[in-house]
Amino acid sequence: MPVRTLSIWITGVPLAIGAIGFAFSLMASLNPSFFFTWPYFLEVLSAGLLQGVMYSLVALGFVLIFKASSVFNFAQGSMVLFAALTMVGLIEMGLHWTLAFVVTAGVMVLLAIAIERIVLRPMVNQPHIIMFMATIGIFYFLDGFGQTIWGSNVKILDIGIPKDPIFVLTGLVEGGMLVNSFDLVAAIVGAILVAILAVFFQYTRIGRALRAVADDHQAALSVGIPLKTIWVVVWSVAGIVALVAGIMWGGKAGVQFTLALIALKALPVLILGGFTSIPGAIVGGLIIGAGEQVAEVFLGSLVGGAIQDWFAYMLALVVLLFRPQGLFGEKIIERV
Amino acid sequence: MRVEGITLSFGGVRALNDISFEIKEHEILAIIGPNGAGKSSMLNVINGFYHPQEGTVAFKGKERKQMRPHEAAKQGIARTFQNIALFKGMSTLDNIMTGRVLKMKRNFLWQALYWGPALKEEIENREFCEKVIDFLEIQAIRKTPVGRLPYGLQKRVELGRALAAEPELLLLDEPMAGMNVEEKEDMCRFILDVNDEFGTTIALIEHDMGVVMDISDRVVVLDYGRKIADGTPDAVRANQDVINSYLGVSHDQMAAQ
Amino acid sequence: MIYREAGQFKSSYGADQAIFPIRQDRIALVILLALAVVAVPLFAAPYWLETILVPFLVFSMAAIGLNLLTGYCGQLSLGTGGFMACGAFFAYKLSTAFPELHIVLVFLLSGLGTAFVGILFGIPSLRIKGFYLAVATLAAQFFLVWMFNKFPWWNNYSPSGVISAPPRALFGDIYLTGIQATPEIKYSFLLVFVAVMALVAKNLTRSRIGRTWMAIRDMDIAAEIIGIRPLVAKLSAFAISSFYIGISGALWAFIYTGSVEALAFDINRSFQVLFMIIIGGLGSILGSFLGAAFIVLLPILLSNAPTALGLEISVELISHMEFMIFGALIIFFLIVEPHGLARLWQIGKEKLRLWPFPY
Repeated sequence: MPVRTLSIWITGVPLAIGAIGFAFSLMASLNPSFFFTWPYFLEVLSAGLLQGVMYSLVALGFVLIFKASSVFNFAQGSMVLFAALTMVGLIEMGLHWTLAFVVTAGVMVLLAIAIERIVLRPMVNQPHIIMFMATIGIFYFLDGFGQTIWGSNVKILDIGIPKDPIFVLTGLVEGGMLVNSFDLVAAIVGAILVAILAVFFQYTRIGRALRAVADDHQAALSVGIPLKTIWVVVWSVAGIVALVAGIMWGGKAGVQFTLALIALKALPVLILGGFTSIPGAIVGGLIIGAGEQVAEVFLGSLVGGAIQDWFAYMLALVVLLFRPQGLFGEKIIERV
Repeated sequence: MRVEGITLSFGGVRALNDISFEIKEHEILAIIGPNGAGKSSMLNVINGFYHPQEGTVAFKGKERKQMRPHEAAKQGIARTFQNIALFKGMSTLDNIMTGRVLKMKRNFLWQALYWGPALKEEIENREFCEKVIDFLEIQAIRKTPVGRLPYGLQKRVELGRALAAEPELLLLDEPMAGMNVEEKEDMCRFILDVNDEFGTTIALIEHDMGVVMDISDRVVVLDYGRKIADGTPDAVRANQDVINSYLGVSHDQMAAQ
Repeated sequence: MIYREAGQFKSSYGADQAIFPIRQDRIALVILLALAVVAVPLFAAPYWLETILVPFLVFSMAAIGLNLLTGYCGQLSLGTGGFMACGAFFAYKLSTAFPELHIVLVFLLSGLGTAFVGILFGIPSLRIKGFYLAVATLAAQFFLVWMFNKFPWWNNYSPSGVISAPPRALFGDIYLTGIQATPEIKYSFLLVFVAVMALVAKNLTRSRIGRTWMAIRDMDIAAEIIGIRPLVAKLSAFAISSFYIGISGALWAFIYTGSVEALAFDINRSFQVLFMIIIGGLGSILGSFLGAAFIVLLPILLSNAPTALGLEISVELISHMEFMIFGALIIFFLIVEPHGLARLWQIGKEKLRLWPFPY
């Protein structure tokens, strides 16, 4: 990222947060029923950011697949569900969670191979919308498949991450800020995952091949990059990312059908960050997570609550109106 | 048609640099130059797809600066594209009929009924399109989806779509690229016929020097976004700048020097 | 053998532009319609009418609407459920606020209202394309359903949040909605109504406006350069598409289910309609009907299959299996014929024209 953009972000983000907080405090002073204090605001914000990490994790899977195969993988959400269900199922069968993790990762790789064989290979060169529809087919299939095998009860996924609320920054803010330690762990895991992926794509042979495929399928093929292998690798990686996301989401909210739908929230993250940008997915996730949390807590009560349902999409929509290429996309020069 | 002092840049790249020339009524003007000289950009400026940072375009004596392509189309500018830009999902006839959109005025309620004035209008325009189809000798592929047609025919359909709009100025971006000799001859004949019969002004980009010198009345030569020559084919052929930058020198001449 | 067009000459462009240029097709259509109008209400069991034919027709309407937008104009939308909810709730508010308003008029007006909402949510399409737009239409989906769910004004402060269609007569005492309405009346009305609307849609797609949509779909830049205004083309597609989808939502609430809550129009409804047009065929009015038939019939077949085969499976498992099979079938269909049932139909017809002497 160029220095200029970076500096805009570094100065812009705190300014924006400050401005929003200031606007709220103004509203609070005008309307006594509007509850606002700065520590509370920051608390909500940080809770949102941590929630955003979760969105980023799901969005990351989308980005990987879209980059490598231009397939808009709607099934990413159900892959999260399926992975979490499988993992819980294995733990219930008596496996230690580390072993269950390894086995589930193996299952996700098998799944990737199956998807490439059965779905992607026969559909090479179909228009994108058809591929997209096929992934919706996968979405339904995996939803049904996972629940057929493992049942549809809400399951608890516990791998020993503490869930106690902890106070941080006690010295800085009066009374400290309340943060869920589970969210914190999730954020750290997310960061590690992103770092690993970045290294993988930047410095390994297969990562280079993958970037080549992302740029131009045919050109990549013509220099001897095996497209099929690449697809399997990417879908496997996406599957494992889904597994990590599934563990985090599942540990937080329980493993159940709604997990696949929570993943829909990753979509506005994608349009904010751009379909092909990994940093975009991260930052987009943080913005969406923080934005919707803050909006829900401070504005939701004004219009009847539950604006979380749509706020993320509206936010993305508004951003797109001003920047059709997303936050990180380059300006598109159209040619004829 | 006049363009005056056109400068167009993308970011730091200057695609066109202070270009001025004129397209006279009823003439065939060829724009030539090496790849990347800015020929296509020039056409894009003329029909409003690109907006130059400086300079003006005047069509039929009226100056304009910022204009959307569909407004240019309304003024009577039609074009074909370097990479065929047909509507792949539609038949030849439908493609040519889309060229008539600006001639059809009935609102959508009439169209929903497909009856009365709307039907009459539809049939009148169909008749015109059939004339175009006859003219281009593509009767046999009237109902074929254009995606299935070979390259040469697609180019012809694209010309048909442009003609259906009854343009006053027709811009052709490499109408003969990738064609064999026969197809080129056919295309040349169509271009000359259009110019003769309908009196359409034509500006075309072409790389085949034989064709350019044969059919055009005047030639403008661009190189790296600058205009280096403007004149009759013979004058341009003799121009030293043009020879250096584009036409090149044959071995005999080199030996002679 | 019978299906030959040899000897049928067209002497005018009008005849050549007919929807069914082949005489045998016209005859077949007349017979089909006659059967549908006369025979079906007479002989079909009310169960068939209520659970298969009525939803089929309602869904066909929605599928036509979405097909105009996605199939013809190329703007992918995932907001169908939201727009159907608009139609349903607009119709409810209209018919309860103005009880003397004729029910057909209520449907049309609610469609009109939805068209405005459609334009509103279609505005982003001027700047964004493809999947970005699809995600943007999700905003419409979630926002609209949330709005109808959250504000009790829309359901006249009913505590359950459910709206029930007030009884309204088509004419005299022939009731179209409410408990007095018979399945036969519902079916016959829908048949006529949907057929007329389908004809209108077909006419639009073969006129100027339809060609501008297809031009935008196939290559928007070229379309603009030949003089099509993207603004008008895209927004008109959004408006007319939403008009159809809104009416289908109203029909759903008033005629098919009779009472409905906002959550009935959730994201799954959007996918359902999207599947219809993909499986039926993008850019085909006939395909909208075929796709609707397929998606309506499939779950019924799937849920009846185990009992028919004599298997004992728990209801829950059946519903999961349904999901699985549904997904698998979608993938299968897309692989075998990505252009949908309408294309299969066309290929079949072409074969039949030459049969039995293909050379």
